[in-house]
Parts: sequence; structure tokens; C-alpha cells
Amino acid sequence: MAAPLIRIEVITPERTVLWDRTESIIAPALDGYLGIQANHAPMVAGLRAGVLFYGPVGAEKRRMAISGGFLEVADNHVTILADTAELAHEIDVERAERALRRAEKRLRDFSSDVDRIRAEFALNRAMARLQAAGRKVY
Amino acid sequence: MAGQSMRDLKRRIRGVRSTQQITRAMEMVAAAKLRRAQQQLTTGLPFTEKLETILSRVVQHRDVLQRKDAVHPLLAVREPARVLYVVVAADRGLAGGYNTNVLRLALATIQEDEREKRVVAVGRRSRDFLLRRGIELYNEGLQSNYIYVGDELSYEESRFVTRYIADMYIRGEVDEVIIIHNVFLTAASYRPTVTRLLPIEPEHFIREERDAAGDRDEDEEEPLIYVPSAEQVLSVLIPRYFDIRVYSLLLGAKAAEQGARMLAMRNATENAEEMIEQLTLSFNRARQDSITTEISEIVGGANALAGGE
Repeated sequence: MAAPLIRIEVITPERTVLWDRTESIIAPALDGYLGIQANHAPMVAGLRAGVLFYGPVGAEKRRMAISGGFLEVADNHVTILADTAELAHEIDVERAERALRRAEKRLRDFSSDVDRIRAEFALNRAMARLQAAGRKVY
Repeated sequence: MAGQSMRDLKRRIRGVRSTQQITRAMEMVAAAKLRRAQQQLTTGLPFTEKLETILSRVVQHRDVLQRKDAVHPLLAVREPARVLYVVVAADRGLAGGYNTNVLRLALATIQEDEREKRVVAVGRRSRDFLLRRGIELYNEGLQSNYIYVGDELSYEESRFVTRYIADMYIRGEVDEVIIIHNVFLTAASYRPTVTRLLPIEPEHFIREERDAAGDRDEDEEEPLIYVPSAEQVLSVLIPRYFDIRVYSLLLGAKAAEQGARMLAMRNATENAEEMIEQLTLSFNRARQDSITTEISEIVGGANALAGGE
């Protein structure tokens, strides 16, 4: 029997990226991946840059790259507010790869804390995009 | 004589008409850009609303605000000894009173303030005006002596501005941030406004939300789960709230600018039309005069001939 469905809505300041129904969602929360299915208790969670999965329980899921934000669960409705969000097929892999190399270089070169933190964030965003696009990233 | 002025009039009509073509084109361009900015504002609304709703709930949660400074540095309230002014105007003129009004307000506000201050200009007109009035512009870390915000403002670009402002506050270089900008009201109206951006006062949300959430809280006894904690969620929300606030503020200023330009250009086009009518009238009159003169000369000549017979 198919699992009950929940609403998933992904919005950024510039557009609504996704508006759909799905069985389950796995989101990159600040302290690790978070799984959500129907009838989840009301919740607000902070998200880091990473891959968001959604789809049927126990089967292949769709992937989306998000670059930080937060998520709200209320009445079987999951709202994800992200700075940017891209569906797997929308991702510009070459650009993400360039960003990844740039961030890696910065991490090696820069010493100031602020620069390091920024480079790390950029690195995480690039990795999230590449992973969502199906690339292997180590 | 009449011929000369007729040629002049013809040239002037042609000149005014080509100016009119330009103003008409500018009006249409401004109208298109206005639509775009308005659309951007509208698409941003769901994000903003959701963010504010959640923010208000988190803020009301237990005692997250007891130790505000620890939650996020943008909430830290300090003795406002040093202030940062951000003055937003357009890059170009030909927008009626759009630049003048807001810049005059900015100048008055800045000159009245006797505290230690920094002034950052957004838009070329803002820079030109402030420098001319002897206001020193702060531009440490900027590529130019002002912040350029193109006609098509993306969230990403706006976050550059946000980060620039927020960093100054977080490093403790300024204790208060005030932005002076035009608020978009309708396509034909805007209001120059002084807004305090930082520190963020989360108490505002509580009051706003109390009325709206008054009955909801009674129905919905189920408490929210915060992952990993209410404080951490708040520390994710606060910078986003600031980002989106500055973003919608800059978008609003853009929309106001395009609206003002559209209106100014429409007036210019209409004035040109009026001028063309006037000139055409003069031209016709001059032509009529010259014909009348010619006829009377001919008639006079004919009469003279007839009289001489």
C-alpha cells in the first residue's frame, strides 16, 4: 500500500521552485539529515547547504540542491524556504565545478576567519549542486 | 523673410519630434522595467510572509530573546554612538523628483545627526549629490565610491549590499544602520523615507503577530519542535530576514524609480506633442502669410499694370 502523501513546497525569494505531493522528504538539517513522512509533528528546522530528497518511501527519490534556509512542517504541509534551490536537471554542473575549485583554492590561500567561513559555505553549496546533479563528490 | 522663418520652424518641428520619439521610447522602457520590478516584489511575497510568520512564532517561544546577543549579532543592541547611513537613489536622472526628494531628505537627516557617522551611497546620483554637498563617502572594500545596483536586481546582488552593511554592524564598527530610500506606493507615487535597519527589533513581530495568532494559539495546543534548537533556528532566520528586508526595500526603490521615470517621460512626450502643435500652427500661419503676401503682391502688380493701361 502506498504511503499517505504530504505537500511539499520549495520557495526562494525569487520563485516557487516546487509545489507537489510526495510520500517522504529527506532534508539537510543543520545537525544531520532529517526524514519526514505524513503526520509528522509540527516542526521548524534550520537547513544547511545540501541535497534535498523527495519521493516514494523505499525507492529512488528526486534530488534538489538547496543552499541553506529552513523548513516548516504543519498539517502535512512541508514548506522549505531556501536562499536558492535547483532541481537536479536545472543545475549548471560546469559552473558548480568551477565554484568548487575556486572555493578549494580560497580555503588553501586565505587565512582570515571570515574568508575561510565564506569559502567553506561556497564549497558546501557547490558540493550540494554537484551531488544533486548526480556527480560523485569526495 | 517669411521663407527663412518657415525653414526654421520646420527644423524645430523635426527636432522636437525626434526628442519626442526618444521620450516615448524611454517611457515604454521604464514601464517594462517597472512591471518587472513589481513582479519581483510579488514573487518575493510568499517567502517574506512565511519567514515572518515563523519568526514571530520562534520569537514568542519561551525565552529565546533573553540573551539576544548570543542568538545573533544583528540583534545586539548597543549604545548608538556610531551610525551608518545608506542613501539609495538612481544611477540616472530623467525621473522627475525621484532623486532630488530623497537626496534632500538624506542630506537634511545626515547633517542634523551629530554622531560619528559613515555614509554609503547606493546609485550614482546618490554619490554625485552627496559628494557635491561635501559629504564624505565611506567605501572601504568597495570597488568604487558607491554601490552600483543595476536595473535588474537579483537576490544575489542584493545580498552583496546586505553583507556589506551587516558585516560593519557585526564587527562593531557601527551601532545603528539607517537607510534613506524611496518607498514605492503606486506606479505614479512614492515616498522618501528614513528607515532604521539595524539593530533588528524582534519585539515588533511579537506585537504584530499577537492579534493574528490570538485564536490560533488556543486551537493549536501542539507545540512546535525546533531542530536543533529554538536559538539555532532563530540564528538561521535572522540573517535571512535581514537579507529579504533589504532586497524588498531595494526592489521597492527600483519600482519607484521606474514609475517616476515613466511618468516624467510621459509628461515630456505630452509636452512635446503640445509644442509640435504650437509650432505647426505657427508654421501654417507663416505659410499663409507668405501666400497672402504673394497674392497681394500679384494683385497689386496686376492692378498697377491695369491702372497703367
